[in-house]
Amino acid sequence: MAVSGFLALWAWLAPGLAFLILSLVVPLRRSGKPAAWLSIVVSLAALVAAVVAAWHARVPDVARRMLWEWIPVEDGVLTSVGVLVTAEATLMLILVALVSFLVQVYSLGYLADEPPASLGRYYTYQSLFTFSMMGLVLAPNFVQLFICWELVGLCSYLLIGYWYQRPEAARAAVKAFWITKAGDVFFLIGIVMLWSRTGTFDFAELFELVQGGGEALAGLGLVTFFIYLGAAGKSAQFPFHVWLPDAMEGPTPVSALIHAATMVTAGVYLLFRTAFLFEQTPDVLAAVGWIGAFTALLAATLACVQSDIKRVLAYSTVSQLGYMMAAIGAGFAGAGFLHLLTHGVFKALLFLAAGAVIHAVGTNDIHAMGGLARRMPQTFIVFLVGTLSLAGIPLFAGFFSKEEILSAAWAGGLTVPFGMLVLAAFLTAFYMFRVVFIAFLGAPAVASAGHGGHGEAHAHDAPAIMALPLWILAALAMGIGIWFSIAHPEAEFVPPAWLTPLAVGVAVAGIAFAWLVYGLRAISGDRLFERFWWIGEAAMERFWLDDLFALVYRRVILGASRSIGWVDRYIVDGILNVLSAWTLTAGDRLRRIQTGQAQDYVYGVALGVLLLMVWMRWPK
Amino acid sequence: MTLQAYLTLAAMLFCIGLFGVITRRNTIGILLGIELMLNAVNINLVAFARFLGDVSGMVFTVFTICITVAEVALGLALVILIFRIRRTAVADHLDLLKG
Repeated sequence: MAVSGFLALWAWLAPGLAFLILSLVVPLRRSGKPAAWLSIVVSLAALVAAVVAAWHARVPDVARRMLWEWIPVEDGVLTSVGVLVTAEATLMLILVALVSFLVQVYSLGYLADEPPASLGRYYTYQSLFTFSMMGLVLAPNFVQLFICWELVGLCSYLLIGYWYQRPEAARAAVKAFWITKAGDVFFLIGIVMLWSRTGTFDFAELFELVQGGGEALAGLGLVTFFIYLGAAGKSAQFPFHVWLPDAMEGPTPVSALIHAATMVTAGVYLLFRTAFLFEQTPDVLAAVGWIGAFTALLAATLACVQSDIKRVLAYSTVSQLGYMMAAIGAGFAGAGFLHLLTHGVFKALLFLAAGAVIHAVGTNDIHAMGGLARRMPQTFIVFLVGTLSLAGIPLFAGFFSKEEILSAAWAGGLTVPFGMLVLAAFLTAFYMFRVVFIAFLGAPAVASAGHGGHGEAHAHDAPAIMALPLWILAALAMGIGIWFSIAHPEAEFVPPAWLTPLAVGVAVAGIAFAWLVYGLRAISGDRLFERFWWIGEAAMERFWLDDLFALVYRRVILGASRSIGWVDRYIVDGILNVLSAWTLTAGDRLRRIQTGQAQDYVYGVALGVLLLMVWMRWPK
Repeated sequence: MTLQAYLTLAAMLFCIGLFGVITRRNTIGILLGIELMLNAVNINLVAFARFLGDVSGMVFTVFTICITVAEVALGLALVILIFRIRRTAVADHLDLLKG
């Protein structure tokens, strides 16, 4: 009973310990490789602990809590820290530990050329991230969740800006921080509003309040909407999604861990964990579903025109996050959570495979690749597994969770979002196989596109230390798929019979269409673009959303800051300056009565004594 | 002669001394004014001793005269030093404390 709690606690604290050691023992951190191995061993230990904890906690719907008082107040405890272990939380814990372990192993190969001090810094951040993310997953209340929420945001910022010498990376890091922070402010306001209404931060106590009818929870809509805004910022929902593609400036393993598998799914996880609150506010939930489906479609459209392989994957992540949100919005948080887990596995796989390609070819541009399937057969196979998974082909992990989401949207009565999601599923298959056909199967690119030292012809499979995580993730992506085919996860609803053929048909149609356009070249890509020029141009400009954000930032925020600065400089400071000028003038005038002549002082004393005498003898 | 007359004399002497201290431009003149003021005090002391029949006032006067002598010696020494340093003994020019 308490075993899983203990194990989860240790899984959580171990990376924190590694972070403390690495940050305090400077020589160890600067030594590079030893620091990396420490971090890797600790995350492996965390993975083992998480797996065992999940085994002990496999009975669903039983929560195990270990709490310590943190902020005592006069009448009780304001908030506590600890772990709240549920079956789902331990699954998420395994995902976090697994992906972070594999990514750290992979980074040994990917970042082999980094100087030791930078490598140590990288692994220190990685440990901090694993610690924070696990704290977020296990958080028993909103306060701990929010603290860890900000910590993972900080790690995201630090790791996007890992190559901080590059101005684009530094700018992307700041952009990611700002935009997620905009959501976080609302999240914090929502938490405090919830607390002032109910007097507790604790999930279990809130759950009891909801169960008991909860008059205190009346008019909760604004609270849940604010909490949703926080989740939307973190999980890159429209219109906050603009930071995620830019976050690809970080090292590719970081993109795999933080910006695909774990941190960006924190918003989905939050909504999953507090689904009981959101169920009280159907309006907000419907908005979540609509925005999620819209995000899925919008990002899928954007992914179709990107030529940077990492950006395709980034928009794909945004799109898949939209899917998860849509399922939650339809009222079936479990379906969204299932997709979160499978997506975490196969998207990490895709990112790591893309990283292997970038490592070998030295460019992100898919048009500069071409014909990689022959030169990098292993990478091609694992990338294909990830792609089929993402496209939703049977026997692969993504198929079941995506189908579940589609049927959830249908069962939840969100008909229009359901249509958007089906269209997005078609586009997903299309843009992923566009990458496959151009980069892996197409004719090798002309030599002029090759970049500098990394000759295209020298491209070969990644070294074993990078290949191993790829194969493990590929095996998992297939294994989960096959396991689901045997033991189909029981759904909370009955999907209509035509849904599975529809989902598979749409995915196959997308693949076939991509094959026609980029494989056979039966349909000219340029003519396709001309036909859909209005949407193509808009997608090329990212629907002007980035420009809109830049405009808001420059005009509104900077303008407001400037006017406030003007008030401070000329009005607040002005009043003080006038006062001090008056004081100075008065002092200057008064100074002159000091003549320095001793006789004047004597005269003053004599006059004073005389006046005193007159005053004393003055008749009353 | 009554006590009143002596006190009036002393007061007039004091005022003359004070006038000198305030108006003389020469530092030595100021010292002379101070002498006059001190002697006015001496007259007061002696007059009260005589009319009240208390000898301690006269004893006090002897002390005052001694102190006056010392004060004059010190004052003149200061004036000479100032003159050596600043080449002047005119009070108007000694305004280092001017604000």
